[in-house]
Amino acid sequence: MISPVGWIIIWIGILFNLLGTVGLVRFPDIYNRLQTSTKCVTLGSFGLMIGIFLLHGFSQTGIKALICGAFLLLTNPVGAHALMKGSLHYGIKLWKESIVDRYGTEKLGGEQIEEKS
Amino acid sequence: MKYIIYFIIGFGLWLLLTLSTNLDHIIAGIIVVFLGTILFGGYFTDKPQKFLQPHRLFWLIIYIPVFIWYMIKANLDVAYRTLHPQRPLKPGIVKIKTILKSDTAKVFLANSITLTPGTMTVDIDGDYLYIHWIYVQDTDIDAASKIIARPFERFLRRIFD
Repeated sequence: MISPVGWIIIWIGILFNLLGTVGLVRFPDIYNRLQTSTKCVTLGSFGLMIGIFLLHGFSQTGIKALICGAFLLLTNPVGAHALMKGSLHYGIKLWKESIVDRYGTEKLGGEQIEEKS
Repeated sequence: MKYIIYFIIGFGLWLLLTLSTNLDHIIAGIIVVFLGTILFGGYFTDKPQKFLQPHRLFWLIIYIPVFIWYMIKANLDVAYRTLHPQRPLKPGIVKIKTILKSDTAKVFLANSITLTPGTMTVDIDGDYLYIHWIYVQDTDIDAASKIIARPFERFLRRIFD
């Protein structure tokens, strides 16, 4: 009974990973790309880990997969914050159709938005 | 005191990861966890006994399914924006104010915001958080806080504060 459920969750995870990759190609600037890659890849990889846990149960592999999933949930967003803050301070501008930049006006002296051409 | 608790948690994780009672593994684990404790134990929370109070654990267990539900919603939202031919995007960075006080709670709030629909934390400054929002609905501080942070603050305040 558990085995088909595990396979279904693994395939859902792979599907979300694929969507994250498509978003990486289609979205306009680094900030929107970080959004898709963080969200979809975190849930996709977490789904893979849960699927492996359901397939193997409380064996060595299963428990390792579960711990890996928990670490993914904790560390992936932190990496994304660091990348985003780093690129803002480095001076990469937001996409030209962004409507507001509170961080730029308060911390970096002016909105960091591309000029519309 | 907090170093000892950090050591016990780290060693428990090591035992779960190796799952063997082989003496070599246990000695290696003690050495590695001891080094980790010396290097990073100082960053551990000052009042570890707070996390053993039953009502905090109860709200944590309630929070996990809520969080996973928001994560699935976030992914469907991003999938919709990815596959829509016109790319419905209206991005921007807004500022919100949080009512949470402790540092641990703020870190968990920031991580929860990152993994939920269309929002991502850029920076924390005292009580204020800067959020990159993929489809800005409101640029006002209070209105944006109500939309982004309130659903999580209700739980996190009970768990960590």
